[in-house]
Amino acid sequence: MTVRIDGPVGYYAAGMNQAAVVEITGHAGVGLAENMMSGLVHVTGSASQSAGATAHGGLLVIDGDAAARCGISMKGVSIVVGGNVGHMSAFMAQAGCLVICGDAGDGLGDSIYEAHIYVKGRTGQLGADCVEKPLRPEHISQLTELLTAAGRPEHPEEFRRYGSARQLYNFHVDHAFSY
Amino acid sequence: MTATTTGPTPTGPTPTGSATSGPATGCATGIDPAAQGLRENATFDRATIAAIRQAAQTGLYDIRGGGAKRRLPHFDDLLFLGASMSRYPLEGYRERCDTNVVIGQRFAKRPIQLDIPVTIAGMSFGSLSGQAKEALGRGASEVGTSTTTGDGGMTEEERGHSKTLVYQYLPSRYGMNPRHLRQADAIEVVLGQGAKPGGGGMLLGQKITERVAGMRTLPIGIDQRSACRHPDWTGPDDLRIKIAELREITDWEKPIYVKIGASRPYYDVALAIKAGADAIVLDGMQGGTAATQEVFIEHVGIPTLAAIPQAVDALQDAGLHREVQLIVSGGIRSGADVAKALALGADAVSIGTAALIALGDNDPALDAEYRKIGSAAGYYDDWQAGQDPAGITTQDPELSSRLDPVAAGHRLANLLRVMTMEAQIIARACGKAHLLRLEPEDLVALTIEAAAMARRPLAGTNWIPGEPSTPPSPPSSAPGQACP
Ligand SMILES: Cc1cc2nc3c(=O)[nH]c(=O)nc-3n(C[C@H](O)[C@H](O)[C@H](O)COP(=O)(O)O)c2cc1C
Repeated sequence: MTVRIDGPVGYYAAGMNQAAVVEITGHAGVGLAENMMSGLVHVTGSASQSAGATAHGGLLVIDGDAAARCGISMKGVSIVVGGNVGHMSAFMAQAGCLVICGDAGDGLGDSIYEAHIYVKGRTGQLGADCVEKPLRPEHISQLTELLTAAGRPEHPEEFRRYGSARQLYNFHVDHAFSY
Repeated sequence: MTATTTGPTPTGPTPTGSATSGPATGCATGIDPAAQGLRENATFDRATIAAIRQAAQTGLYDIRGGGAKRRLPHFDDLLFLGASMSRYPLEGYRERCDTNVVIGQRFAKRPIQLDIPVTIAGMSFGSLSGQAKEALGRGASEVGTSTTTGDGGMTEEERGHSKTLVYQYLPSRYGMNPRHLRQADAIEVVLGQGAKPGGGGMLLGQKITERVAGMRTLPIGIDQRSACRHPDWTGPDDLRIKIAELREITDWEKPIYVKIGASRPYYDVALAIKAGADAIVLDGMQGGTAATQEVFIEHVGIPTLAAIPQAVDALQDAGLHREVQLIVSGGIRSGADVAKALALGADAVSIGTAALIALGDNDPALDAEYRKIGSAAGYYDDWQAGQDPAGITTQDPELSSRLDPVAAGHRLANLLRVMTMEAQIIARACGKAHLLRLEPEDLVALTIEAAAMARRPLAGTNWIPGEPSTPPSPPSSAPGQACP
């Protein structure tokens, strides 16, 4: 099923989407495609806070910017943002990929688990336990696939990869001040 | 988080651990120090000394299960006024006293019909074994009441064995998906828990097995600390939209509950009503938890007794008392507690800890095993550690296979029946043909604290602290002379 919306949408547009293709020509409000399970959601404009929050699967493409907490607690979704993302994006991200073609705000990937973050532009201060990691061939191919699916002109080699240092996975007294 | 963080205490209370909170009595020589005239310090008692020593030695704070251990004003501090001359009792065992409750008729097309007003609180698969979850479902279904999922998603064991299942919608959204929303009979949006209002879920690495990790999309063996705020809404205006989304995806069929940990219940209930809740779940600070910091359990939140009248005020001020149901939990142990909660204005109660005890938690027959892990029957609270010899708060297949879900479920059903019958005994004595007819006027308080919190007069007086004293107006003539 394909749903096409001409104009802006409010809260939770395409929330919990399963299988459908949702095309939004305009901007999106809070919680775009939150908890999406599968399918494709494409927004030509920008998205408000918590885009793709807790989403398990599918592809979310935002041509413009995404506000704070994009991909918060994501659980397997792929998100491609053409512009910038706000602070605390990919907070506690568990699985999936967040591709940021612009810049990322402060606190990127705070308390991240096994999700992958790719950033082309600048990053602010990284969140706790989020570190830059080498971009290996398997990441290049993953990025190529996502950029192609999202119809983006960027080249995968232009991106840096971020992920979990896995230092906070288990409580340890020496990390008391890292939180 | 401030100065310290802690790992689990895998062996429970350590040998340096508390003598007063543990089973030990006397000293090594067997002579009771108190008999020698030695006096324990009330401020620095043995549990306090042990806690300070433990912090100094390990740099760790304590994480444990269960609810607040300190003595708090509670239902024990209330008494019922049985009927006599001025009230008419119902015949015990003979006259009817109904127990059914309907939850969620405000907006839901399919409200929940319960045969008894005692439900099973949300406890996650992960914190509990699959066998324990199955037993909860079996026990509740046997007596016509509901069970609730928890912070970790819905399991087949639970859905399959629960006639009525409430699906929790939590900040972590672990395993949350539209199929399970639709398979549920009601949805409970969790804002907080009485044991830790303002805190998120916690499940330590010992319990994050392959299955639990898979359900939650987490790496195996990590110490999971869930979010304390929902990721995609903040205030009540957002919650209203969130509730509308949940209704839409479930075809406006299912009641939507909102669960709050008791801290500012008047405002939280008022806002939950505004956001469109069908029912409120109010959990007081005695409420159990699977794993929380001791300092949080003992020092954050307000007692169940103090929370109920404030919640009822909010419902009454909105003109929705009894239309939006109030489900109360936190330290409910018996039919007396059920009757008191209902008399104060609740429509139903939930039990967590008492249900686990019915399944077999803290069974004296397991005392030797509890001692091996540094605890004792009656004291076991290391529900976070996953070593439960009763097979309840564990993910170890060897331990969990010890729990027979059929027999344990039946024990729970027995407890639920007893609690209901006890509440009926009290209700009949107060002249009530339905448990929900119990009213505040049936209660008096035993302590000044309870009188102030529950807003019932101190027994034998008409004094409610903080309210102007209004003596009952004397009869115009003595009763015997009233009739011509
Ligand atoms: C083992 C255990 C696990 C729990 N897990 C959850 C949970 O996942 N979500 C939740 O809202 N409350 C959870 N709770 C709290 C209960 O839902 C309930 O509020 C509390 O147990 C009621 O108090 P009581 O234990 O004194 O009956 C848990 C409690 C226990 C004992």
